[in-house]
Amino acid sequence: MSDFKYDLIIGLETHVQLLTKSKLFCGCSTKFGAAPNTQTCPVCTGMPGSLPVMNRQAFALGLKTAIALNCEIPEFTKWDRKNYYYPDLPKGYQISQYDLPMSQRGWLEIHDPKGEFEPKRVGIIRAHLEEDAGKSLHDEAAGKSDTRIDLNRTGTALLEIVSEPDMRSTKEARAYVTELRLLLLYLGVSDCNMQEGSLRIDANVNLHIHAPQGKVATPIVEIKNLNSFRFLERALAYEAQRQYAAWQETGKTIKDAPKQTRGWDDAKGMTFAQREKEESSDYRYFPDPDLVPVITPRAEVEKVRGELCELPAAIRHRLELSYGVTTYDSDVLVGQGRGLVDYYEQVARAAGDGKKAANWVTQEVLRVLNEQSIPLEKFPLAPGTLAELVKVVVAGELEVTRAKEVFNDMVATRRSASDSMKSLGIEKVDESALVAICREVLLANPKVVADVKGGKQQAVGSLIGQAKKKNPNANPNDVRRICLELIEKGLE
Amino acid sequence: MSLIQTSTTELLRDLSARKISSVELTRAYLDQIAARDGQIKAFLHVDPDRALAQAKAIDERRGRGEAVGKLGGLPVAIKDVICTKGQRTTCGSKMLENFVPPYDATVVEKLKAADAVLIGKTNMDEFAMGGSTENSAYFKTRNPWDTERVPGGSSGGAAACVAASMAPLSIGTDTGGSIRQPAAFCGVTGLKPTYGRVSRYGLVAFASSLDQIGPLGATAEDCALVLEVLAGHDSRDSTSADVPVPSYSATVNQPLKGLKLGIVKEFFVSGLDGEIEAAVREAVKVYEKLGATVHELSMPHSKYGIAVYYIIAPSEASSNLARYDGAHYGYRCDEKQMLADLAAEEQRLQAAGNKKKLADLDTPLIRMYRQTRAEGFGPEVKRRIMLGTYTLSAGYYDAYYLKALKVRRLIRGDYDAAFGQVDFIIGPTTPSPAFKIGEKTDDPLSMYLEDLYTVTTNLAGIGGISIPCGMTQSGLPIGLQLQCRPFDEERLLQAAAMFQRQTDWHTRRPALS
Repeated sequence: MSDFKYDLIIGLETHVQLLTKSKLFCGCSTKFGAAPNTQTCPVCTGMPGSLPVMNRQAFALGLKTAIALNCEIPEFTKWDRKNYYYPDLPKGYQISQYDLPMSQRGWLEIHDPKGEFEPKRVGIIRAHLEEDAGKSLHDEAAGKSDTRIDLNRTGTALLEIVSEPDMRSTKEARAYVTELRLLLLYLGVSDCNMQEGSLRIDANVNLHIHAPQGKVATPIVEIKNLNSFRFLERALAYEAQRQYAAWQETGKTIKDAPKQTRGWDDAKGMTFAQREKEESSDYRYFPDPDLVPVITPRAEVEKVRGELCELPAAIRHRLELSYGVTTYDSDVLVGQGRGLVDYYEQVARAAGDGKKAANWVTQEVLRVLNEQSIPLEKFPLAPGTLAELVKVVVAGELEVTRAKEVFNDMVATRRSASDSMKSLGIEKVDESALVAICREVLLANPKVVADVKGGKQQAVGSLIGQAKKKNPNANPNDVRRICLELIEKGLE
Repeated sequence: MSLIQTSTTELLRDLSARKISSVELTRAYLDQIAARDGQIKAFLHVDPDRALAQAKAIDERRGRGEAVGKLGGLPVAIKDVICTKGQRTTCGSKMLENFVPPYDATVVEKLKAADAVLIGKTNMDEFAMGGSTENSAYFKTRNPWDTERVPGGSSGGAAACVAASMAPLSIGTDTGGSIRQPAAFCGVTGLKPTYGRVSRYGLVAFASSLDQIGPLGATAEDCALVLEVLAGHDSRDSTSADVPVPSYSATVNQPLKGLKLGIVKEFFVSGLDGEIEAAVREAVKVYEKLGATVHELSMPHSKYGIAVYYIIAPSEASSNLARYDGAHYGYRCDEKQMLADLAAEEQRLQAAGNKKKLADLDTPLIRMYRQTRAEGFGPEVKRRIMLGTYTLSAGYYDAYYLKALKVRRLIRGDYDAAFGQVDFIIGPTTPSPAFKIGEKTDDPLSMYLEDLYTVTTNLAGIGGISIPCGMTQSGLPIGLQLQCRPFDEERLLQAAAMFQRQTDWHTRRPALS
């Protein structure tokens, strides 16, 4: 069989743990990392007779997120029970939202700062609230195969965000998760810690193969628990190949097989078929009679919309427009969080040059933060202090290499730019001294002079290093200018 | 007159006047339990020491002149479906044989705060599913009027203990008639409040949208006193209503004027016992003499009540009872034996080369679930779990559950229309008096039909009360049911008390052996 082109079709389901103090339906703490089963009560352990009561803060965080995702917010929403048996689900059902979710039909714009794909809107089918299950810890020590259950996580508020199958490459999938994560962080609704499970991703994938008989869709596969960007990209890439190969071998299309659930084994670099949860085919959803519907008046939606913080996409747009930074730099700045954006803006305004300020912040400031593993709040230079240095550079009074020395000194000693320059012995060399240095260097290099005269102006460049040896403060631009002037005038 | 034959109003008066002590009174009821309950079997657990200690503490507080709650040291029995902290709560099921709740139900907190003495936990149909208390996993409760007969159910123990003077007051639950029907069978007064009037927090759920806790006692006055303690909004129950609680006990004896009573013509049809019909018609006349006018009504959707109820209640139950899976608490099958059986089964299948059955063989977890539930639940509970699982299944949901919800709204519509014309609906509580133990065990459908007059109250979410209104020739009590608008319990109790001032059916007690 010959090779055909195919489109990779990806939709993502993202489970986001909301930053509430207490769980979705009881007062237990949601703090991560406590000793097993210490953050539980009759409600979240499903004790007979206990009843859930909705956490209003969780609903508010969900609402905020849904609005930021451009979703429609129906006035009426309700809670449903999703029935299935599993030891980490103590009630035998999960409280979720089925046919009338709290939000639907939104979108999230994704882009690639390197321009590898055109910016596009990924549709959001729905975002709904539900409670998390507990954790099953399989303890196989001492030849036993006991499973231990930790119910600390049981009942934690989750927002499930379901995208349309609008992504066409692993890059787009990555960009979607990146942008979604950033949005959630800016909204302050989740810590998005993927290692701790605050952001969990399931991917629905299949291929549309351009076969001679027309487009053929392969069976849809849901890959569960892709809890890092690396897993996501590798699993999607693998799955695309696997599905193509499977189609070539069996010819099975979407019509021949139901949706299959697979897991990702990162060590083997393969997806694998998962045993279906018992009765997963029928969750027997029905409205939870223990909870009342939630009514969200239009006015409340508009109020929340009005109070939304400036969102990442809007900030990027504004930085590019107001400060003239590149798409790449705005992406780096916004990607680091609101704190760095604010820092940058202060530097840019004080220095009067947005582009240069962006270079310094995205390169030097971030380098120091990374090297020292410190948060921005611990960065030793106030924006105004850094701006002074940028100003000197913008004024052409300091070349970049030397400016970086000054910057490092400022970071190390917390001195101002002028004090650092002074202590490093950096001072402006006056014109007559520079002329003397240039004259000396030119006399020592007649070949360069000849080359320049022969039309190779760039030959002067080789003299800059020599001039700097004579005086490290010699400004390369000035050296170049003066040398050319001297050659022009005639050296004698 | 002995203490246990004295009305609660007098007992309260004597308690507060310190003519009697709560310890004396509690002891009198404990003695009666010791004397009678071997035969009646109304109680699942009685803890005399705990009850007496509670009574003593109340007496001491009263002795020091401290304030004492509204129930002032009166014993109250609690149906064993309501959680009591540190005291077993079995729901009449083997599944929860050793379950000790780590918390008190809201109503239990309220009763304790009102200084009720919790005298014991009463027997019931397993998980409140049944109308005869024959479905208890432990034993059958007998009707004090005729010990060959059932006391009704599911709050059979709750009604029988009041009828046999083993407790002056008791707390039951009513999902489809489970307070009113046993009250009728045992000749006591039982109130099912409006849905949301009393918090369900700590009531082990059978059908969450129908369950409601309510009082049983000798009189409407007793029920008024207890409802006043139980009622009110609870932040732990989202379905509890934030509606002010009137002082029911202060107003219960004020007569109502110009009462309009509705008789539903669909309730007086074949199947209704002749003696019951006669007693009910007689009761209507009593009201007429008190100035009430009677209006015949039609409730066209009431005939679907049983069908709708037996879809909605089992559907909710199938989900509510999923938590009893042996994983976290309650009964778990013998694991060692289970694993050995499973291994043997696997070997047999392997030897026989039966690949298909091998592939279908349970995992140990699934087998644990199956066996635990097979052994822990009784047949009626299993029947309803199966019914409910079926009616919620994909492909059946719309035809059964969703349709039932729609008809439920129509039934509520019938009531709304009726209450546009009348204050209360009056009729029989049950189609027949208490039946013989074992009579309907093999015929679940005829057992379900017992709920004919009571289920629509729960489906509509309104209030209802059953009061004694006569006796059959063979000496069995007959219950009169009054149903009221949502949250109209104050007037419902007044109407019931009016009747009880004119009649003495509620004062009759079975012969004490």
